[in-house]
Amino acid sequence: MIGTLVALLLSFAYLALLFGIANYGDRSAARGDTLIGSPLVYTLSLAVYCSAWTFFGSVGLAAEAGVAFLPIYLGPTVVAVLFPILHGKILTIAKAYGITSIADFIAARYGKSSLLGGLVTLVTVLGTIPYISLQLKAVANSLDTIFAASLDQQANGPVPEPALIVTLVLAAFSILFGTRHIDATEHHEGMVLAIAFESLVKLAAFIAVGLFVTYGMFDGFGDIFGRLVEGGRGELLTFGATGLGYVDWVTYTLLAALAFLALPRQFQVAVIENVDKDHLRTATWMFPLYLLAINIFVLPVAMAGAVLGRGGDTLMLDLPLAAGSQTFALVAYIGGLSAATAMVIVATIAVSTMISNDLVMPALLRVERLRLGQRHDLSALVLAIRRAAIFLQLLAGYAFFRLVAERIELVSIGLISFAAIAQLAPLILFGLFWRQASLTGALWGLTAGFAVWFFTLILPALVFAGWLDPAILEEGLFGLSLLRPQALFGLEGLTPVTHAVLWSLGANTLLMVVGSLATRPSDLGRLQAILFVDVEQRQSSTRLWRGETRVAALQDLLVRFLGRERAVRVFAREALRRGRSLRAGDRADAELVQLAERQLARAIGATSARLMVASIVRGEVIGPDALLEILDETSQAIEYSQKLEQKSRELERLTDELRRANERLRQLDQLKDDFIATVSHELRTPLTSIRSFSEILLDNPELPAEQQRHFVDIIARESQRLTRLIDDVLDLSKIESGRMEWEVADHDLRRIVEEAVGASEGLMRESGIQVTVEYGVRRAPVRCDGDRITQVMLNLLSNAAKFVPVRGGRIRVELRGLGSEFLVRVEDNGPGVPPPMREAIFEKFRQIGGSMKDKPHGTGLGLAICREIVQHFDGRIWCEEGQLGGAAICFTLPVREAELRAAE
Amino acid sequence: MGKRVLVVDDEPNIVLSLEFLMKKAGFEVEVARNGQEALEAIARQPPDVLLLDVMMPEMDGFEVCERLRADPRGRATKVVMLTARGRDSERQRGLALGADVYVTKPFSTRELVARVKAMLGEG
Repeated sequence: MIGTLVALLLSFAYLALLFGIANYGDRSAARGDTLIGSPLVYTLSLAVYCSAWTFFGSVGLAAEAGVAFLPIYLGPTVVAVLFPILHGKILTIAKAYGITSIADFIAARYGKSSLLGGLVTLVTVLGTIPYISLQLKAVANSLDTIFAASLDQQANGPVPEPALIVTLVLAAFSILFGTRHIDATEHHEGMVLAIAFESLVKLAAFIAVGLFVTYGMFDGFGDIFGRLVEGGRGELLTFGATGLGYVDWVTYTLLAALAFLALPRQFQVAVIENVDKDHLRTATWMFPLYLLAINIFVLPVAMAGAVLGRGGDTLMLDLPLAAGSQTFALVAYIGGLSAATAMVIVATIAVSTMISNDLVMPALLRVERLRLGQRHDLSALVLAIRRAAIFLQLLAGYAFFRLVAERIELVSIGLISFAAIAQLAPLILFGLFWRQASLTGALWGLTAGFAVWFFTLILPALVFAGWLDPAILEEGLFGLSLLRPQALFGLEGLTPVTHAVLWSLGANTLLMVVGSLATRPSDLGRLQAILFVDVEQRQSSTRLWRGETRVAALQDLLVRFLGRERAVRVFAREALRRGRSLRAGDRADAELVQLAERQLARAIGATSARLMVASIVRGEVIGPDALLEILDETSQAIEYSQKLEQKSRELERLTDELRRANERLRQLDQLKDDFIATVSHELRTPLTSIRSFSEILLDNPELPAEQQRHFVDIIARESQRLTRLIDDVLDLSKIESGRMEWEVADHDLRRIVEEAVGASEGLMRESGIQVTVEYGVRRAPVRCDGDRITQVMLNLLSNAAKFVPVRGGRIRVELRGLGSEFLVRVEDNGPGVPPPMREAIFEKFRQIGGSMKDKPHGTGLGLAICREIVQHFDGRIWCEEGQLGGAAICFTLPVREAELRAAE
Repeated sequence: MGKRVLVVDDEPNIVLSLEFLMKKAGFEVEVARNGQEALEAIARQPPDVLLLDVMMPEMDGFEVCERLRADPRGRATKVVMLTARGRDSERQRGLALGADVYVTKPFSTRELVARVKAMLGEG
C-alpha cells in the first residue's frame, strides 16, 4: 500500500523537477537559447486549459451524465479554428502596445481607463478564485483518497489538512516561479517550458490510467461498453443521459469558447508568452488534437466506473486502487497534480500581474500622500504586490473551498468560473472588431453581466453551501417570483448554468451595444479604438507625442520601475539601433518617449505607464483631443502621400506622352526632310532636261530645224511641269499650314462635275478615251470652295486619263446622293491599284508608276492635295476597285445644311 | 572600235539629252530606262562608261552599280552617277559602291562630256 509519505515525497519530487525545468528554461533564455521557440511547446502550453477539472471532473461527470462533458472541449476547438483571425489580431495588438494582461488589454482598448481595468481585474479575480479552489479541492481529494487507502495498513493517522498544505506549497511555488522578473511582457520562458512539460505529463498519465482501466481491468472498449449495456445502464451513452437539451449544448459550447478566449491563464500563454505569431497556425490543428487525445479515455474510464457501481470526482484514483494497483493510482495522482499545478501557476501569475498593474499600482499612484511618483526604486514594490497577490489568491481559493466548494462537484465550480470570465468576452470581441464600442458600453455591459452572474450562480451556490436561506430560490429576491435566481423572469426548463449564461451574457451584450451607441466616447477612447480595430493599418503611433522632456528624465523613470540594469540596457539598445548615443541632456524625441512608455507598460501596465510618463513630461503633454488631431494629421499625411503618388504616376504618364510626342515630332521632322529632298529631286529633274537641251541648242546651232523644234518643245513642256510642281507644292504647304484662303460659297456639285468633265473633253478626245457620266441627282447643293473642288475633279480626271490603256481607254464618272452626303466617283479601265497601296496613293510623291512602261507625268502631289481639299469640307476620299476593272477614286461632300433642314 | 556608253535613267527626256551628247562626243550609245534593263545590257557586254541615274523606282542606281562591280567583267567600267539629290551621304555611298564620279543634276553638259572623255583617256 502507498505510504502517505511516499505520496507526499513524490509530490515534492515532482514540483522540484518542475522547478528544475523552469530554471533550466530561464537560464537557457538568459544565454539567448530559447527553448520555447517551437510551435509544439506553444500548443502544449495552451493545454494549460486542461486542469484538474479535465483530469478528475470530466470522468466524474461522464460516469453520471455520459457525453455531457464534451461542450467544454468543443468550445475551445471552435476558437482554435478561429485562431488566425482572433488571436492573430490580439497578438498584433498586444505586441504593438506592450499589453501585459487581459485587464490591460481591455483597459487600453477603452481609453486606458483605470476604472475599467480595475473592474476587469475584479471580475477576473472573482472568477479565478473558485477555479483555484477547484484545483485545491481536486488535489486535496486525491491526496485524501490515497491516504484513506493507506490508512488501514499504516495507521499513521490522517493528514490534518491536506488542502491547506497543498495551498501553501502551491503559493510558495507560484511565487518562486512567477515573480522573478518585473517585466510582465518579458516571456516567462521557464514557466512556459514547465507548463508544456506538465501538459505532456497529464496527457501521458491520463492515457496510462485509461489503458490500465480499459485493458488491465477490462478487456478493451467493447468489454466495458458491453457490460454497461448488460448491466442495464446503456442509456448512459445516449444524449438523453446528459440531461442537456439542444440549447444547453449550444450554450455550454459558447460558454467554453468565450471562457477560453478570456481566461487570464489562456491569455497569458496564448498571447503574452507567445514568441512567434506563426505558432498559431500549428496550434489551430494541434491543439484540438490534444483535446481529443486527452478525452479519448474519459468515456471508457467513466463507464468502467459505472459498471463497477462507482462514480465521483476521484474515479481516476478509485479504479486503480480497487484493482489493487498503487502504481497506477500514483500515476493518476501525479497527472491530476500536474494538471492542477499548471492551472494554479499560470492563473495566479497572470492575475497577480493584473492586480498589481490594474488595481493596486494605479490606486497607489493616485494617492498623493504616498509620493510614489518620486520614489526611487519601485520595482521592489511591484514585485511585493505581485507576491502578495499570488498568496492571497491561493488563500482565497482555499477559503472558497472550505466555505463553499467542498459541497459542490468540480464541474459545477468550473462552470461558475467560466461564466464569470466569459463576461469579458463581449468587451474583447466588440473591442477588436467594432470601432464604436466605448468605455461606457464596456462598463455597463460588464457590470450588468457580472451582477447577473452573481445573482444567478453565486447566490444559489451559497444557498447549497448552507450560507443562505433556500427561500430565495423558491420565492425570489424580495419575494418577487420574477427575481428567482434560477428562473429569472420566469425562464425555466434550462440547466442553472445555461440559464445564468444566457441572462448574463445577454444583459452584458445588450448594455454594451446600447451604452456604446448612446454615448460619445472620449477622444482617447476613440483614439484607442482606432489603434486597436485598425491595428493592421497603423502599426506605429510614434509620431503621436509632442511632449517636452529630457533623455535623462525618461531614463530615471525607467530605472525606478525596471531597475538600473534593465533601464540602461533599454537605452543602450536604442542607442545602438539609432547608431548614435543618447545624451542625458538631449531633448527626448517622440520615439524615445514612446519606447519608454512601452517599456514601462510592460512592467506596470498601460494605464499606470501613461500616468507616469505624463508626470515627467514638462507641462501637460498633449490632451487626447490633440492626439486625435495628430492622428487625423497622420491620416491626412497618408492621404496626401497617396495623392502625391498618384500625381507622380500622372507625371510619369505625361512624361511618357511627351516622349512619344517628341518621337512623333522627330518622325515629322524626318518626313519634312524627306519631303524637301523629294521636292528638290522633283524640281531638279525637269530643270536638268531644260538646262541640258538649252546647252545642246546653244552648242549645236547646226542642228536640223526639226530636231531643234523637238528640243525646244521638250524645254517648254518641262518648264510647264516645273510650274505645275511649284504650284502644287505651294498649294499643299498653304493648306497644311492653314494659310490657304478658301472662298466658301453655296455650290451645286452637279454643275462642278459637269464643268470639269466639259473642260477635260478636249484632252480625252485627243487621247481617244471614252467618257461616260451618270447623275443620280438633279441638284447637289453643297457648301465649298468651287474652284478647289473643280481642281479636285480635274485632277481625278487627268489622273484617270494617265492610267487608261493607250487604245480603248474608258472613264466613267458618277454623282449620287447618299443620305446626308453626295458621292462622286471617277473610275477608269486602267491597271487599278492593288489593295495595300490604296491608302498610300494619297500620300505625297507616292506614285505607282514603277510597274508601268510610261511613267505618268504627274507631280506626285495631286491626290494628296485632293485629300486635303475634300477633308477641309468635311468630306471623305478613298480608292476602291472600279466596275471597269481599274481604280475608282471616290469622294463625298456633305449636303448643305440648310438643304438638310429643309428636307426634314 | 569606239568606246561604248550605257545611259540609264527613268526620265525619257534626260535619256534623250544624254544620248545626244554622248553620240556627239563620238561614243557608241546604248540606253536603258530602268535598273533591270541596265543589268541586262551590262550582262550582254559591260560598257566602258555607265551614266547612271540614282533615283529610279524598283531598282535604284546604287544597286545597279553594286551588281556591276560584283561582275568581274564590270570592274573596268567607269561609272558616273547622276543624282537629283545632292546629299553628301549619298555621294559617299555612291563612291563607296564603286562609282568613279558623282554628278548632281542639273549639270553642265560640256563639263559632263569633258569628264567622260577624261576618264577614258581621251581629249
